[in-house]
Amino acid sequence: MPLNSKIPAGPLESKWKTYKSTCKLVNPANKRQLEIIVIGTGLAGASAAAALGEMGYKVKAFCFQDSPRRAHSIAAQGGINAAKNYQNDGDSTFRLFYDTVKGGDYRAREGNVYRLAEVSASIIDQCVAQGVPFAREYGGLLSNRSFGGTQVQRTFYAAGQTGQQLLIGAYQALERQVSLGNVEMYSRHEMMDVVKIDGVARGIIARNLVTGELERHFGHAVLLCSGGYGNVFYLSTNAMGSNVSAAWKAHKQGAFFGNPCFTQIHPTCIPVSGDHQSKLTLMSESLRNDGRIWVPKQKNDSRKASDIPEEERDYYLERRYPAFGNLVPRDVASRAAKERCDEGYGVGASKMAVYLDFAAAIMRYGKIEANKQGQHNADATAIRALGEAVVKEKYGNLFEMYEKITGEDPYKMPMRIYPAVHYTMGGLWVDYELMTTVPGLYALGEANFSDHGANRLGASALMQGLADGYFVIPYTMGNNLADDIRTKAIPTDHAAFVAAEKEVSDRINKLMSIKGKTSVEAFHKRLGKIMWEKCGMARNAKGLTEAIAEIQALKKEFWSDVRIPGDINEFNPELDKAGRVADFIELGELMCKDALNRNESCGGHFREEYQTPDGEAMRQDDLYSYVAAWEYKGDSQEELHKEDLVFDVVHPSQRSYK
Amino acid sequence: MNLTLKVWRQKNNKAKGSFETFKVNGISSEMSFLEMFDVLNEQLVAENKEPVAFDHDCREGICGACSMYINGRAHGPWHHNTTCQLHMREYKDGDTIVVEPWRANSFPVIKDLVVDRSAFDRIIQSGGYISVNTGNAVDANSLPIDKQRADESFAAATCIGCGACVAACPNTSAMLFVSAKVSHLALLPQGEPERQTRAVNMIQQMDTEGFGSCTNIGACEAECPKGISLENIARLNREYISSVFAGEEPAA
Repeated sequence: MPLNSKIPAGPLESKWKTYKSTCKLVNPANKRQLEIIVIGTGLAGASAAAALGEMGYKVKAFCFQDSPRRAHSIAAQGGINAAKNYQNDGDSTFRLFYDTVKGGDYRAREGNVYRLAEVSASIIDQCVAQGVPFAREYGGLLSNRSFGGTQVQRTFYAAGQTGQQLLIGAYQALERQVSLGNVEMYSRHEMMDVVKIDGVARGIIARNLVTGELERHFGHAVLLCSGGYGNVFYLSTNAMGSNVSAAWKAHKQGAFFGNPCFTQIHPTCIPVSGDHQSKLTLMSESLRNDGRIWVPKQKNDSRKASDIPEEERDYYLERRYPAFGNLVPRDVASRAAKERCDEGYGVGASKMAVYLDFAAAIMRYGKIEANKQGQHNADATAIRALGEAVVKEKYGNLFEMYEKITGEDPYKMPMRIYPAVHYTMGGLWVDYELMTTVPGLYALGEANFSDHGANRLGASALMQGLADGYFVIPYTMGNNLADDIRTKAIPTDHAAFVAAEKEVSDRINKLMSIKGKTSVEAFHKRLGKIMWEKCGMARNAKGLTEAIAEIQALKKEFWSDVRIPGDINEFNPELDKAGRVADFIELGELMCKDALNRNESCGGHFREEYQTPDGEAMRQDDLYSYVAAWEYKGDSQEELHKEDLVFDVVHPSQRSYK
Repeated sequence: MNLTLKVWRQKNNKAKGSFETFKVNGISSEMSFLEMFDVLNEQLVAENKEPVAFDHDCREGICGACSMYINGRAHGPWHHNTTCQLHMREYKDGDTIVVEPWRANSFPVIKDLVVDRSAFDRIIQSGGYISVNTGNAVDANSLPIDKQRADESFAAATCIGCGACVAACPNTSAMLFVSAKVSHLALLPQGEPERQTRAVNMIQQMDTEGFGSCTNIGACEAECPKGISLENIARLNREYISSVFAGEEPAA
């Protein structure tokens, strides 16, 4: 099957405008007859469900959490990008587009990325209208800060809780539609499979996680807004419940998986403290606006940070990348930290950490604040106190979080940080309309692969989630459903629903009947270890080949030895987790195969065999300038389809942040 | 360290619950409280027993899912803290820790430490939003907002909807939760058009859900992981009274 990305013809800057003014529409009376299922209520799902509800569609929204407000978008910290140019520093739609394509190491589609940059400004307007309390300046206007991979200030934020504020905005819009009867909300429900009728997605089988009952739901279309799959690594910054299952079930039903190996390792997370660790905590990239990253110049230096004089510190990002300094993109910053630690310059007990230091910023802000208050000869203590107050206003919640976890005060001593799995650029392959290769089945937000190429820039995930939900799907959905207005709701006693439910039920019964000796958690940890060691920050052909064999063996063991206590027809989190881990195991294998296939380094995908003499990622554009879209062909079987990437405007070059 | 845990076990909403005592050994001071529960649950799975059910997700203090009542305090002993961010360095070898679910009629127990907080969603449905459809908005900077008001609004909006305020209140009142939402929106010019109906309708829904009345005890503020201030309750009272005097009847 040839992949058709359906990018509209014409110049880049008019593609979306042309699409919007020529796409098919559905009249209001018909919208009321059309049912749409939305899986997941993070930024993409909540915004899509709210926007479609406002338009008059009949929406059913599902989330596994106890409330849609708890989806993991809530944990996003630093901010959301938008090409507003409020700072008069040269930003524009084109620059945001260009930064994103370059930041993604030229592995994203130009058309999609341009559209994303184009709608970014409307997102901020929409959120402010909803009452999202973004940070403001004294004059009452919105404040901005910088994120990695850019030289302008285009990031809007609400302290270190931007994701929370945006999600609450979308959640409130969603709840308003619930109150109006346009959206029916199903919390504590998990999608178990997509139901296809005549090749079109027409509904889902869901499981009520409180009672364990299986339910059938019809929809003219199904939207997967189920997030990313970073938890395949066991340890990540994702929430405990974040999982790939909805996307993976869709994949098995015919939706191609795009670039599964593209994983983002975030450079600034609190390091692992021991084997008990259940998750990792991010320290926002926004901290790199003010924090300076360094390690001692001397190997195995065991002195306290405060005892190491300035001239014995190696600010290695500033040294290697003077143009962007501490604000290089995430993939570059992560690899640089790993390189220093691998070479023996790491700090802390494990030596697998680097410092993120705010001392200079505290004094700099303190001086500005003292001047503002007319204290022109304030002493260092006074300046420090004033500076700490400024830093607290910007990042207070992050500093507090760091102190709770580590027991150390980051105002007084530098943070210790290390890279951790954070985001997945890969996901279900979608066309320009966000439709997967299964007609009627869409993927939005982190669940799709489309906009970030091989590396996502900071503050762009929130932007993409809301762009897809508020401003893209309302148009593309109409264009497709316009042909479906004669399709009556299909009763759920249709044979396809019956068969799908039986398959789900059989799988659950099979899981419960294994009655082995090993816990789900133990399998998940083992999978995570294989993935992190062999398909993590650095990969090579030998390791990936081994990993594939190890994962296949792990899968066999899982299906013969997993132990799931409790019953099917009750609240049973162990059973829920078992289903998710089973899917992660299969996904892990595909990720390794994808990483093995891609004989180049690009963005977050670093193949050790392909690097420049100074350790930068080396792409092979003549061979791999394509999206790898994998088709499921049965157990451990898959077929690779290639969507060639065409660059009409941006010319791919060796990325440089020097 | 080795600890004794007394944990509330309840098979489901209909069953009668009781405390069950467990021993957990080899707990390190670097673990989070929930990681200590992970150890307990792995132990129970190994013994072929049912693990303790508890709500949790982000484990970084922001999603609001975790909800344990620890030694008589919502989210345990640390100030401005969620259960997931409590770390075991707080405890010492030999300690006994009692863990219960949130106790409130409006939060029925689902299983063990898991409760149903959907009442909060229904309160938001009754008016906790600004009625703007997608795509109508004017340029964001066309509406300057006084920084102090914006900051106060943000402070109220940081509520994570965990329900600790209800669990901590002897009356199981939800006033802090409701007032945080009413304040978040009432402090912004965008929230002005629906200001009066919002306060009245949300209070009415809160009463319908069976939450108790506020008698100014202040336990909610003391236990709130996000430090939501009691001033919000005062503001809610003002909003409510001025709405009633303005003749706003609750929506039918």
